[in-house]
Amino acid sequence: MQDERRGAPGGPSFDEVVLPHLDAAYNLARWLVRNPHDAEDVVQEACLRAVKFFEGYHGGDARSWLLRIVRNTSYSFLEKRRPSDSAQEFDESIRVPSAEKPDAEALLLRSAEAQALQVALEELPIAFREALILRELEGLSYKEIAEVMEIPIGTVMSSLARGRAQLRKILSHSREREVQRGVRR
Amino acid sequence: MACADKTLLLHAYVDGELDLVRSLEVEEHLKTCPACAEELSGHRTLRSSLRSGNLYQRAPRELKARIRAAALGESAVPVQSGPASVVSMRPAQRRPIFEWLAVAAAILIAVALGSRLGPGIGGNAQPDLIAEEAIASHIRSLQPGHLMDVQSTDQHTVKPWFDGKLDFSPPVRDFSDQGFPLIGGRLDYIDHRNVAALVYQRGKHLINVFVWPESSGGNSSSLERQRFLNGYNFLGWRNGGVYFCAVSDVNVGDLRQLKELLDR
Repeated sequence: MQDERRGAPGGPSFDEVVLPHLDAAYNLARWLVRNPHDAEDVVQEACLRAVKFFEGYHGGDARSWLLRIVRNTSYSFLEKRRPSDSAQEFDESIRVPSAEKPDAEALLLRSAEAQALQVALEELPIAFREALILRELEGLSYKEIAEVMEIPIGTVMSSLARGRAQLRKILSHSREREVQRGVRR
Repeated sequence: MACADKTLLLHAYVDGELDLVRSLEVEEHLKTCPACAEELSGHRTLRSSLRSGNLYQRAPRELKARIRAAALGESAVPVQSGPASVVSMRPAQRRPIFEWLAVAAAILIAVALGSRLGPGIGGNAQPDLIAEEAIASHIRSLQPGHLMDVQSTDQHTVKPWFDGKLDFSPPVRDFSDQGFPLIGGRLDYIDHRNVAALVYQRGKHLINVFVWPESSGGNSSSLERQRFLNGYNFLGWRNGGVYFCAVSDVNVGDLRQLKELLDR
């Protein structure tokens, strides 16, 4: 069946461009807005925008194109929600990493570290968090990250450097606390 | 503490963004520098924890189903395809202007947020931000395929190349006779605008000179600024309404010499 929704005559259809990257879209939104329900709303809104902007898509990296829309949608969502966002309280259930079918034992072993990491990542300034998510979880190159975040590649590099430094600092603090707790027991 | 001038390079190295020559240089350095080696292993540990930590959040199945359904439903509506409709169907013209405004606002917000939180993407033209951006661009230019868009020792090739790519005409001159051959140029992005990057060679070292016209509202002091960041020298100055930044690992004396040639 011929799909009618095409950016340019003979170009890929909207479904071909957007639907394969919904996981990437959700992952980014989820880490930017830090809440699963809001992330769903953002992804849905972003997909609507993507439909509207689809004629502006002239081939090229579909994932970066969609992710740029997702990040802009996320930022405007956060802007609307402010000022409560900066002092946002988290639902404890949100913090549990969403493993598909976790092996109980492996989860136990991993959970302390993974949870510390999740919390640390959520505490990072949003620009650093975003660069790290795109690099480490999505596996984007500097060039692709620069496209998504609409910043120079040099800034991608320094955001990653600062983000990693902060993350390592937060993690080493939380490990120290773990050790102290262990000693007291 | 890792060597200051290697901090950024280590990140680019761990991310596989360095060319072979640079990678080998970093590896050579790591053999003799325990502090940097430790820093690198810290980065790697962090990376494997991030990747193995079940942190990737996949889209819920219902969300995917909803979007798929919406996409299929939507596609029955407005845009037609096929060569005949290309000219007549311009959805952009029918689009209410407030939608564009909303999008523009979203982008502005994103930029504003970025400038508050991120390094070097900043609102007003802070001198150090420019230095940081110029140095980051210089480091990036050393990565594979980034150095030059037009490669030529002939200023008469480089200058026309910029035509139509910039809203100004950068001064392109070769100083081979004075020991600064012009080897190429490219477009770069600094201080929220496209700038010309001229690449000069000094011995085995490369110098990036970024050039752009001063904004009329800008501070017009012609003060020369010098910075040393991440192991690179930065020299910035204004001349005749044009802003120049030279960045390199050569010494400041050499940069000054190039400045004098450019100012002539």
